[in-house]
Amino acid sequence: MAKTAQGAALDRKKLMADPIMVTTIVVLITFLTLFILYPLAILLVDSAYSDGHVTLDIFKRVLAMPTFTRAITNTLKVGFVVGILSTLIGLLFAYVEVYVRMNKAVGGLFKVVSMLPVVSPPFVLSLSMIMLFGKAGLITRFLLGIYDNNVYGYWGIVIVQTLTFFPVCYMMLKGLLKNIDPSLEEAARDMGASRMKVFTSVTLPLLLPGLGNAFLVTFIESIADFANPMLIGGSYDTLATTIYLQITGAFDKQGAAAMAVVLLCITLLMFAVQKYYLESKTAATLTGKASRARMLIEDKSVSIPLTILCSLAAIFVIGMYVCVPIGALFPTWGYKLTPLTFKWFQQVFTKYHGLKAFKDSFVLSLIASPITALLSMIISYLVVKKKFRGKGFIEAVSMLAMAVPGTVLGVGYIRGYAQGLFHTGALQFLYNSAAILIIVFVVRSLPTGTRSGISALRQIDKSIEESAYDMGADSFKVFMTVTLPLIKDSFLSGLVTAFVRSITAISAIILLVTPSFLLITVQINEFAEKGAFSIACAFATILIIITYGAVLLMNLFMRFFGTSRKMKEEA
Amino acid sequence: MAKEKKGVRLEHISKIYQDPKTKKDFYAVKDTNLEIEPGSFVTLLGPSGCGKTTTLRMIAGFESPDEGEIYLGNEPINELTPNKRDTAMVFQSYALLPHYNIFDNVAYGLKIRKVPKDEIKRRVTDILALVGLEGMESRMTNQLSGGQQQRVALARALVMEPGVLLFDEPLSNLDAKLRVTMRTEIRRIQQRAGITAVYVTHDQSEAMALSDKIIVMEKGLVSQMGTPQEIYYHPKNKFVADFIGDANFLEGRMLRHEGDTGVVDINGTEVKVAAADNVPDGANTTVVLRPESTMLRDQGYFPVQVVVSNFMGAYQLYHVMLGDVKLIIHEYNPKDKKIYQAGETVFIDFAPGDAHCI
Repeated sequence: MAKTAQGAALDRKKLMADPIMVTTIVVLITFLTLFILYPLAILLVDSAYSDGHVTLDIFKRVLAMPTFTRAITNTLKVGFVVGILSTLIGLLFAYVEVYVRMNKAVGGLFKVVSMLPVVSPPFVLSLSMIMLFGKAGLITRFLLGIYDNNVYGYWGIVIVQTLTFFPVCYMMLKGLLKNIDPSLEEAARDMGASRMKVFTSVTLPLLLPGLGNAFLVTFIESIADFANPMLIGGSYDTLATTIYLQITGAFDKQGAAAMAVVLLCITLLMFAVQKYYLESKTAATLTGKASRARMLIEDKSVSIPLTILCSLAAIFVIGMYVCVPIGALFPTWGYKLTPLTFKWFQQVFTKYHGLKAFKDSFVLSLIASPITALLSMIISYLVVKKKFRGKGFIEAVSMLAMAVPGTVLGVGYIRGYAQGLFHTGALQFLYNSAAILIIVFVVRSLPTGTRSGISALRQIDKSIEESAYDMGADSFKVFMTVTLPLIKDSFLSGLVTAFVRSITAISAIILLVTPSFLLITVQINEFAEKGAFSIACAFATILIIITYGAVLLMNLFMRFFGTSRKMKEEA
Repeated sequence: MAKEKKGVRLEHISKIYQDPKTKKDFYAVKDTNLEIEPGSFVTLLGPSGCGKTTTLRMIAGFESPDEGEIYLGNEPINELTPNKRDTAMVFQSYALLPHYNIFDNVAYGLKIRKVPKDEIKRRVTDILALVGLEGMESRMTNQLSGGQQQRVALARALVMEPGVLLFDEPLSNLDAKLRVTMRTEIRRIQQRAGITAVYVTHDQSEAMALSDKIIVMEKGLVSQMGTPQEIYYHPKNKFVADFIGDANFLEGRMLRHEGDTGVVDINGTEVKVAAADNVPDGANTTVVLRPESTMLRDQGYFPVQVVVSNFMGAYQLYHVMLGDVKLIIHEYNPKDKKIYQAGETVFIDFAPGDAHCI
């Protein structure tokens, strides 16, 4: 039995009767093709096509470079270790939070730890690592009197990345642990298992796909990370930094394109495993909602050591973050610590064009964030609530962006737009303009926004929108009067997340920014590279204040205007 | 109240879905022809997966038929989107807009149609009075009980004065008592409004209580249509007989027709049944007996063994075995009747008019 064309034709006709929908879909598909698919495709073309024929010569050439092959092994090694360490520490934190009774202060510490990586630029920890443990480090030199400690290199990257990424694992695993029905574990206890046995025979197996998931997510983050290896890697180069140097140092754009393809293949592979294998497994093992509250572990011999361990780790991480604003107050880092001074902050504005840097970063991010938030809500709406041809494309491409390292995207934009579309000059005006920076911001934040939008929309009963549609509203009206108000909270947090991600972004943008724009993150990177840590800290401090302010503002706004809140109060 | 009562006509309607597991196409609804009279209350009844909801959603416009044409009144509506169709739907989950209060929920469709403000106010107030929610305009929907939410959903559909009102299992989320109250209410309001209604349910008693006409569906096909009485007393096949109420089935062979009655041979006993023009002499047939019209007596057609005898209040419930066939018998008002106990052997008996051949 073949499906007759009539149903599909009617669906299409109904869709066409909705011009706003059709336009939206067309615009979306164009956007995704131009700014996600095309730059990646051009990398492939660039690195496999030379002098009019298909060739593997460029790949052969870069693979023959010892720097590049070393970068591949370095990257994988770091990614693997960071993935494992982050998952383990994340698991410890999540377990303690979900299973152990702890006092309010410790709970507060946990919350701060989960917040910090969200509001801070990605490389802040490298900065403080160098300042605390480097040659002129506060701890190594002043406290311990070690004068030749080397933080640069493999261990530096591993430690910094682990501390940066473990909160992500912690949040992921916390969600999963909360979904384990306590009665499963109680049943095991009841049958005579010790707490350790329950953990190894019930909790851990249930959590296993989730752990794999956390590991891969961190692994991808780690190998895509640019700023930390750049700052603290020293001569230990990873793929992201090698690609960057290949462009900025060796001016070998074709080679960089080939390298970017290699990096992209690695992340795509990991992403595919994570997305299609592990995520479905996680969902399959942990579908149940906790039927009731869990009996928390009160046994002091368990809770006290665990709490102390986590608190120490949390305090250490927080300490590293705090080191940045304090560092900006010392007269000369590593030599003269008193009296505290604001001269670096002053210099940021008087000497180093701080005002312009903050203005450029702020304005570009401010423009990008509503676009990102709205786009991701529209994509989520289409993906969750509508059926049309091309939907699979939209979903796949916007998820694909999640697996693309910023450096790869940056190289793709250089190759794709420096001489216009397919080197024809079309759309060349975008290159070197503010528009391309905004587009990069949008593309880099789109996947996160889309993911949270999709999960928010999935919770809305489909028939609520259908009822509005049934009462005469067209798709646009339904979206504006029903969907958007119902996911207002998700939209708002998407807005702020996009803003924060944009203003702290560096990996793609550093390849595309021109001297006419000063971006804070790029400035921080430059000063840190030069060893001007105090200035870098001053910049970073102001940046953290801006991002934290944005998050505070959002929370405040949600408290007064959030949907869920309002409905809860009136209930 | 309705501007114009409209009928609904389905001509050779089919809907094909793909099984997500096997990737095979199958007919969710197959070559269905229906004629729903203006102003009537018609119920699509069947087990889950029979195609009833798909049919309703095709009338509403959420699904597009793969074959055939749907008419609302005389207008073909295949190409119209749900918002352009003169239908209004009451959803199973009520689907009230959670960010609006009752008034705004009911007024939503009127506002879209740009009805003047004072008219909206008047119509919403009237309709809320009709469903018994006057004075509750400013309540939020989550402050309402299930029954009240149901009334809002109904008011919201009615206020549009649609040509056809569609119900998708609207009572399935209510408790048993409220379900009975609400179905009486729905019938009252539908008749007051004189509106055409298509109602989907899997609850046969709901279908009987509400409908002018019941359409029983099975596996995408219409099994039988007719008034509740026709469906109950003259089911066309085993599926309908079994789905609507309880039924006992006796296999036999038609011997001959004698005027108004037929004579069937069941296990060697000749049994008189109601007119069975559908079954020719000599053919195998199944005799349908309703539990309440089957009787246990000291004498009768066949000897049976009582295996269950339970006092249910309104009736005595028996399970009896005829060979290896289990029969269910309801003896109503058992107070002064002879009660048989489990283990006894007795006879079953019935009037010819209560036995029906399929």
